[in-house]
Amino acid sequence: MSDNNQTGPIQYKFETNIVAMILITIGLVSVGGLVEIVPLFYLDETMEHNQHKEIMWDRKEGQTLNDWQAGDGVRPYKPLELMGRKVYLREGCYLCHSQMIRPFRDEKERYGHYSLASESIYDHPFQWGSKRTGPDLARVGGKYSDEWHILHLRKPRSVVPESVMPNYPWLDEATIDPVMTVKTMEVMRDMPNAPVPYTAEDIASAKAEVEGKTEMEAIVAYLQVLGTMVKFDETKDYR
Amino acid sequence: MYLLIPGIQVNHRGDTLVQASLDQKYNFEIIKWFTVMSVVYLVVGTGIGVYIASELAWPFLNFDIAELTFGRLRPLHTNAVIFAFGGSALMATSYYSVQRTCGVRIWSDKLAWFTLIGWNLIIVAAVITLPLGITQSKEYAELEWPIDIAIAIVWLSYTLNFVMTIANRTTKHIYVSNWFFLSMMVMITILHVVNSMAVPVDLFNSYSVFSGVQDAMIQWWWGHNAVGFYLTAGFLGIMYYFVPKQAGRPVFSYRLSVIHFWALTFGYVWLGAHHLQYTALPDWTGSVGAAISLAMIIPSWGGAINGMMTLSGAWDKLRTDYILRFLIVSLAFYAMSTFEGPVMSSKTVNALSHYTDWTIGHVHSGALGWVAMVAAGALYHLVMKLWNTRMYSAALVNVHFWLATVGTVIYIIAMWVSGIMQGLMWRDYDEFGTLTYTFAESVAAMHPYYAMRAIGGLIYWIGGAVMLYNVIMTIRHASSEKSVDAAAATA
Repeated sequence: MSDNNQTGPIQYKFETNIVAMILITIGLVSVGGLVEIVPLFYLDETMEHNQHKEIMWDRKEGQTLNDWQAGDGVRPYKPLELMGRKVYLREGCYLCHSQMIRPFRDEKERYGHYSLASESIYDHPFQWGSKRTGPDLARVGGKYSDEWHILHLRKPRSVVPESVMPNYPWLDEATIDPVMTVKTMEVMRDMPNAPVPYTAEDIASAKAEVEGKTEMEAIVAYLQVLGTMVKFDETKDYR
Repeated sequence: MYLLIPGIQVNHRGDTLVQASLDQKYNFEIIKWFTVMSVVYLVVGTGIGVYIASELAWPFLNFDIAELTFGRLRPLHTNAVIFAFGGSALMATSYYSVQRTCGVRIWSDKLAWFTLIGWNLIIVAAVITLPLGITQSKEYAELEWPIDIAIAIVWLSYTLNFVMTIANRTTKHIYVSNWFFLSMMVMITILHVVNSMAVPVDLFNSYSVFSGVQDAMIQWWWGHNAVGFYLTAGFLGIMYYFVPKQAGRPVFSYRLSVIHFWALTFGYVWLGAHHLQYTALPDWTGSVGAAISLAMIIPSWGGAINGMMTLSGAWDKLRTDYILRFLIVSLAFYAMSTFEGPVMSSKTVNALSHYTDWTIGHVHSGALGWVAMVAAGALYHLVMKLWNTRMYSAALVNVHFWLATVGTVIYIIAMWVSGIMQGLMWRDYDEFGTLTYTFAESVAAMHPYYAMRAIGGLIYWIGGAVMLYNVIMTIRHASSEKSVDAAAATA
């Protein structure tokens, strides 16, 4: 194997110098990430609302989050929805449910219009998921009644006999912490990247909105808004 | 010939005087701890895996206890196998092989102890926080921000000690296994720091600074490279030291290892985007990820061939050396997984396989077949070297080997069938042009395969338990022999 063992001059340099080896490794591993990630922050095409303004809610001066109607466009989560989302994160729902509909005929018929990047612009962190042990939830909002969701979360097999989802009885017992709600909204508003445009009034009214609400009510509020923000025009190609 | 046979020391097994001098020259004590902990975590991590797999087959096992539900235990399973088991195995093997290939003691004993204790405290923190639902909810990076900071500090202490040991080496060249360990350390540092950037609300709550599509891309850049650098580059470092050592032969091709290393280091980073095909991630990003994924077959197979052909001319050893069996079969699984991965990242296949159990099967053919098998081979080798003895029972090593192989095969076959079935059922249309199956029907159809997967996992777990027993008995025997020797010497 003697012809196999010649070291070229460049390889010789890296192989005998630990500093050179570290530097070249940092350089090489950085390329892929820089090329794939950095443009996503700058290219206008990444976010569909740059071409289709109507995707985002055009909030008028003095409007509250409660003035928003389904289909008005993407808006920040209301305080109760935001805390419901926190329950969703805590229970690890994303491990079995995706929130990302792909542009296929069967997914459209099963779940609805394909998902847009702009729809998750306020999602810190994203909840696209990677696995469908249960169905996609990107547009579950409005498909079932609140009562159905509550029964389902308490005892999934009472409404879907085939389900393998755990029961979540404790969601009825815990209440949402108003102080935590305000703090969470402030963190979202002050994000160094993709800040969520909460107004001072939104935050001031948050405590009253969640006062006395259970985690069950919060997560149902979150589930019921999913996918209802944008009104899609079937004749348009958004991507 | 540049360092084709790793290690400066010739094998002196059985010679207690030489072993004593090796014990003094190198820090073996720290490696003993990492070795034992990694076997313990193998049993714990796969045990949690068997439990959550059973929950999917028999949901009553969630017992209406929040801390036991699938959604909370699944992150604990992934963290336990990747970071507790995988991390301890990497630290044991890299700290051992870097000392042997550089011919010097580890740079700082104190820092090595700091790494050991720090890493294990992080694992304890994970075991407490994850079942309580304290999570950042990013897959494979769930731990909350104070633990993330601790991970960064301990990881850098590990890296610094490794790099400084290489800097102190008595050899001119840096051996190939150390290149792979090094690229893992560099990349994991970058990935961990960027992906974990979050704004805290309080000590137990924080939110990612990234949102939506950028967060998705950064998460899978992390997610795939946790696989690519932690579970692949790191474990290839293990392969490049322990396969030639156990086979007693030099690495098949030096040139192939050079190509393998640079291509892997440059190429793997690009693959994360293939987790987001057809999503709201711009099409160009997913396509770039898929194209590079396809190209990665070449270095991956080059590496697998390099490892297997190291046995060229000594294939008969496979009949008698059970440890070598682990190492070589792990390379077969590595080759299979690195073929399957590019296939699954191609758009046509991904349209079917994404969101299904096929992904879970693919991960486990890599994790059970490649990562845990190559680690088991290396850990058996380490136990014999560190305690200067033979294994308590060679037969039990063979039992472990077969349980691990059969368990892995059952697991991945179950997931292939269930994954492809899910994909086909979801997109199936009847003669009237409507969807044939409800989602719930696809869930019901998975039951036998979820049960089969749990059984495959259980078989694998029993293999790990056999290993733990064998390792404990080996150490106990070695310690009692040593005290007999010492008594004889003083008498």
